[in-house]
Amino acid sequence: MRLKTLAATAAMAVAGFAGSASAAGELNIFNWGDYTSAEMIKKFEAAYDVKVTITDYDSNDTALAKVRAGGHGFDIVVPSANYVQIWVKEGLLLEARPDQMENFKNVDERWVNVPWDPGRHYTVPWQWGLTGIGVNTKVYSGDINTSAIWLDPPPELAGKINVAPEMNDVLFATIKYFGGEWCTEDLELLKKVRDKLVEAKPKWLAMDYSVTEKLPAGDYSAVYYWNGAIMRSREKNPDIKFGYPKEGFPYFMDSVAILKDAKNVENAKLFMNFIMDPQNAAMISAFAKYSNGIKGSMQYMPAEMQSAPELVVPPEFEKAGEFLTTCEPPVQELYTKLWTELQK
Amino acid sequence: MASAEETARAADRKDIRERWLLSAPALAIIFVAAIGPLFVMLAYSFMMKGDYGDVKPWTFSLDGWTSVLFQRDIFDDTLGLADAHLTILWRSIRLSFYTTLLTLIFGFPTAYFISTRAPTTREIWVFLVTIPFWTNLLIRTFAMQQVIRNEGLVNTALIWLGVIERPLQIMNTDVAILLGMVYVYLPLMVLPLYASMEKLDFRLVEAGYDLYASRWQVLRRIIFPLVKPGVIAGSILVFIPSLGAYVIPRVLGGGKNMMLGNLIELQFGSGRNWPLGAAISITLMVLVMIALLFYVRNVSKSETGHG
Repeated sequence: MRLKTLAATAAMAVAGFAGSASAAGELNIFNWGDYTSAEMIKKFEAAYDVKVTITDYDSNDTALAKVRAGGHGFDIVVPSANYVQIWVKEGLLLEARPDQMENFKNVDERWVNVPWDPGRHYTVPWQWGLTGIGVNTKVYSGDINTSAIWLDPPPELAGKINVAPEMNDVLFATIKYFGGEWCTEDLELLKKVRDKLVEAKPKWLAMDYSVTEKLPAGDYSAVYYWNGAIMRSREKNPDIKFGYPKEGFPYFMDSVAILKDAKNVENAKLFMNFIMDPQNAAMISAFAKYSNGIKGSMQYMPAEMQSAPELVVPPEFEKAGEFLTTCEPPVQELYTKLWTELQK
Repeated sequence: MASAEETARAADRKDIRERWLLSAPALAIIFVAAIGPLFVMLAYSFMMKGDYGDVKPWTFSLDGWTSVLFQRDIFDDTLGLADAHLTILWRSIRLSFYTTLLTLIFGFPTAYFISTRAPTTREIWVFLVTIPFWTNLLIRTFAMQQVIRNEGLVNTALIWLGVIERPLQIMNTDVAILLGMVYVYLPLMVLPLYASMEKLDFRLVEAGYDLYASRWQVLRRIIFPLVKPGVIAGSILVFIPSLGAYVIPRVLGGGKNMMLGNLIELQFGSGRNWPLGAAISITLMVLVMIALLFYVRNVSKSETGHG
């Protein structure tokens, strides 16, 4: 839905069309918007003579709903960790066995035996990051390492906050704010969570995905959003500072998977192998500003990323981070109901 | 004589048969593409929701329909009104009504102006009204965003002129949605208004003035009754798409101020409640139908009135 993404996708499509009218193959990637390095895609297209088309989605559920409806024509999708098992259970993914591919040796051991895909039979790491706080320090100069920025906003920020419209990220931080555990069923605590969110929401300006454009421009003064997007905002506007919610914040990882009904399986596998190459993985990160899961890619990244406050978690906040997991269906349903009450 | 009558009747029958035959492809398309999916939606609205979206096929449930208006409290399990849905429904109806009213206020003088020009220049004015249609709705909505955002045209100009000190927060409010809808749907009001004003016999207006009617009386007693069908047609054309607006609230409302279209999308997306989405869609259609019935009743009344 973002104009810039739209334009970028269009430009990419045009470039792809003009550049490789004679391309031997095709590859249709269905990925989060504003997330794919055009440079990396160009390199892939040139290397394998494949015409790549990228289509955007803005939430895991949108992607899931579209693919399940069928007739989508996509080969590759990039679901978040807590959704991979849903995709697998629904029989939507191809067991592509990336663990047997040539470049798999480059995957950081930390990301091989992951709970959502033990041994990596289906997916390859794309990027990982965390949901944190971005604040325009010209507007507010107090402590920003707390979820209070958007749950109990200081008066300077009230009415100027954007919160990622992601149920899991929002509930995670709010549950942690009250000292609870993720996937808790403690109704007393959840009631506090609900009441706090209902109270805080009128102080938010938006729940939108257009942060990289609107945070630096001053439309938003604070966001609860993904670190890479906040880093990109900071590069455009140095007043933006990143904060780690000390009460607790969620980590995420998005992984590349091949769809079971993909038409270009071979090209999709080539792509999987391609992005596990450190140089190519570095290109992905250099664009979207998130870490990737590939060993040795750091040296190919721009120098400022290697020490970026958004990417290098300070030791005092390391313990506050936790991986977002999928809760049991009844808990999930409880959370969905809670979330629905916020959708006024 | 009888045989001639019979031949005529047979010819009639043949005529009717041919007409049916000729319209069969169109009817088939309407049935397959419009009525078919409607039945699918109706069926879905009566099924149980699946765990990750979709429905559990052939398991009957009224949950979709009851949760349009009611919800079970998470904490004390009592059945109450679905506050969120009612807020959104009310916002949709309210904003659509205001949009209709504002487009009428702006559209009426515009249409009057065009229809009182010389016949040759009228076409140019009508042409100018249709120019916005050349651009995609999404692009026009984003353009509107550039105009009203905090660092946008309006705010920059007002600050520069010293009218305000800090930017007005227009983006991501109901006002932004309203502005967007008035801007986008205004031509839909102007065109039918113009169509009925063009047919207006302006000698009647002159006659009114000759008989010492004031300007207001001429407008209220002569012009307005005569162009009423245009007013109603324009209002319907604006009200209905406003009610189902999706792109405008999405882009200008910041994803926080939803309208019915966004609520439906939410249910098929991260809400993972397809039966509820289907039920709200049908509710929206019923609302539109009521608006149309109102239109038909009024138009037939005003037509017999002046018949």
